[in-house]
Amino acid sequence: MSAKLQKPEIQLRTSPHLHSPRNVVMIMRNVVYALIPIAAFSVYNFGISALFLLIASMLSCILTERMCNRMMDNESTIGDWSAIITGLLLGLTLPPGFPLWMACVGGLVSIGLGKMLFGGLGFNVFNPALVGRAFLQAAFPIAITAYTPAMATNRFAEFIPTTLTIPFAEPAVLTEWIKQVAVDSFTGATPLMAHKFDHIATDAAALFFGSVAGSAGETSALVIILCGLYLLVQNFADWRIPASMLGTAALLSTIFHAIDPAKYPDAAFTLCSGGLMLGAFFMATDMVSSPVTPLGVWIYGGFIGLLTIVIRFFGGLPEGVMYSILLGNAISPIIESLTQPRVYGTQKVARAKA
Amino acid sequence: MSLLNIFKSGKALDRGVHVPEYKEQTAHLPIRRLPFAPMLVVPLSQHAGAPAVAVVREGQEVVRGEPLAKEDGFMSVPMHSPATGRIEKIGLAPSVRGELAPAIYLKPYPSSSQEVLYGAPQDIQNMTPDQIVSAVQRTGAVGLGGAAFPTHVKMRPPKDARLDTIVVNGCECEPFLTTDPRVMLEQPAEVIQGTRIAMKCLSVPRAVIGVENNKMDAVEALRKALGSETAITVEAIEAKYPQGAEKMLIKVLLNREVPSGGLPSAVGVAVFNVATLAQIGELLPVHQGLIERVVTITGPAVSKPGNYLTALGTPLRFALQQAGCTDETASVILGGPMMGPSISSLDVPITKGVTGILVMGRADFNHRPDRIYPCIRCAACVDVCPLHLNPSRLGMLARKHEYETMESQFHLMDCFECGCCAYVCPSHIPLVQHFRVAKQMNRERKARERETAKA
Ligand code: SF4
Ligand code: SF4
Repeated sequence: MSAKLQKPEIQLRTSPHLHSPRNVVMIMRNVVYALIPIAAFSVYNFGISALFLLIASMLSCILTERMCNRMMDNESTIGDWSAIITGLLLGLTLPPGFPLWMACVGGLVSIGLGKMLFGGLGFNVFNPALVGRAFLQAAFPIAITAYTPAMATNRFAEFIPTTLTIPFAEPAVLTEWIKQVAVDSFTGATPLMAHKFDHIATDAAALFFGSVAGSAGETSALVIILCGLYLLVQNFADWRIPASMLGTAALLSTIFHAIDPAKYPDAAFTLCSGGLMLGAFFMATDMVSSPVTPLGVWIYGGFIGLLTIVIRFFGGLPEGVMYSILLGNAISPIIESLTQPRVYGTQKVARAKA
Repeated sequence: MSLLNIFKSGKALDRGVHVPEYKEQTAHLPIRRLPFAPMLVVPLSQHAGAPAVAVVREGQEVVRGEPLAKEDGFMSVPMHSPATGRIEKIGLAPSVRGELAPAIYLKPYPSSSQEVLYGAPQDIQNMTPDQIVSAVQRTGAVGLGGAAFPTHVKMRPPKDARLDTIVVNGCECEPFLTTDPRVMLEQPAEVIQGTRIAMKCLSVPRAVIGVENNKMDAVEALRKALGSETAITVEAIEAKYPQGAEKMLIKVLLNREVPSGGLPSAVGVAVFNVATLAQIGELLPVHQGLIERVVTITGPAVSKPGNYLTALGTPLRFALQQAGCTDETASVILGGPMMGPSISSLDVPITKGVTGILVMGRADFNHRPDRIYPCIRCAACVDVCPLHLNPSRLGMLARKHEYETMESQFHLMDCFECGCCAYVCPSHIPLVQHFRVAKQMNRERKARERETAKA
């Protein structure tokens, strides 16, 4: 007979008394894990410039978050890993030779404007990384379209000349440098640009494995799919979003390709080129800025896929994933309101009456 | 919805959660009888409805099985003496909800026999439904699954209801609890006898016993006891919480949805718990009253966990001492860990609705969050809510104290507080706790409005 039972010190708690082992930090940490191979491939592909680019954007995001915490007198929120995700994603969407100081500005805008201004994690309307990316696109239109070739010979020994641009100075012109390092004749265009403006198709295998020019982390469809599956299988991201988004894009692409094969690329090219894969698996799936309703998620993904194709095929830009996702984020609350699930025991008719 | 879930098939709840079962501690242990406590405390209200009225006086001697209190109207049941002994006093005793409630204090004689000396055989075959209903009421039977709703009331459904099926709930989806599976294993004949009585009383041609597929031994036992009978079937369904909630079980077994705010009879179904029917099957033929029930006493802080046949009115402290409660006791939960209330006093007696006692140790709360994050809109709660509510949205509204909107637009009142949403929330937001508060606030607001309307 125990002493405690005579005079118990039992605590009152409210049910449920159990909790699933999942928590915010664990989810965020796993997203970072999933991004690491993509970052590693990016460094392999583009060399130390990409490495420093990723570090710069990450550091900038973390510091900005900490600064905002200080300013708002809040507890530090760095521990939840979400700033690291934003920093990584931002870096991965930039051209590998992007000036480091500009990347830092991007991080500042992502976290400051895209996240903390809304109230921090959970309150941001848009995907913070894309807010930063959109700002950079508007502020530095030249630098953000200055692409360099993949697998450059000297990539682990020297920086791409633009990387170390002094703040506010004009970035170097890359034409000469590209001539020196390029493995083959490189035009300075990504496969998407080449297709859109010059109707030159890129080898599908190169696109799939990623040895092409492009943003630091967007080139290899294979790596992104593998990492994305890691998240989906463990349910750290909603599989319905990439499914509907890629599905819609592939379907539309197939239809248009059938109509005019010269002008419109086929589904494989559409899926593997540009930022579609990375966007579908890692950015559109950002939990905070996507709907929570089951039907809403399908609509949201489909909407982004549709918009991407519209921008790519009929707009002035070669790439439209970023804006599509931002627009998807913007209408996500509306989608959610319109797709509230039918509550058990309420028939459609009954609801109309109420 | 998880990606891997789309490959699954078989009868199961579409939403809900797979909670770790923790049943291995007691699932294999046969039902054992607990000795009488030195003092039994029999509350007059152990059921939903009007409290019973005492028919004994202080100092009176009673025998085991003798009525102690009689029902007060149709929505009430009598109480019977759990032991042979003397009525010490009729006074107040602590109850689960914390307040004091009237109870009969019974001091069992030290040599009190376990035998029931009260009762007489009755011939159920020749009884009319009305006679069965009142006979069931006289047994004092209530829903033993936890709700403690008087059983005979369910046996007389509303006049306009047309019942065609009886659903027998053998799910026991709460982790830790193993009373229902033990009853099905050890008393399959009584379960079926009780089911037959319910079918006869409601003149329903069909009954389905729903058992989760982690208790296949119970399924086998029931099927064996059924033999060639075809009116009653046993269905094994995938184990998932909260399948044992009657509305969920009806959906899974019969694919019918009970209308919001309605009763199962609205879709032609009556639901009974297996342990309840086992008691009916056992007590009705001999015209005895409900005086004991099986209680699972388990949890990390219990050294002799088990399924104990316990006299009603046994104080928790006595029961826990018998089961070897350790010093690590941190909290005591009546029922399962998902919905059971935790209690503050061990003087609370075991009543008809207590399915189990779960004793958590100090270490078990280590997973408690040091921090509650904002809602990250991960949709986990939406994906698990068995009622297809939107707990994420409800939670945000609760934060802003918009309780009226929660009710008018987001079906707050449909929430049956199963706790799935709070269980999965990675931000550790106490969602269901918020909803309880919100419901209470709404009730109070309505009461206030009625007051002002009257004035
Ligand atoms: S507690 Fe209510 S809102 Fe939460 S899952 Fe259960 S029914 Fe849904
Ligand atoms: S589970 Fe928690 S964090 Fe996720 S959507 Fe629901 S309330 Fe928000």
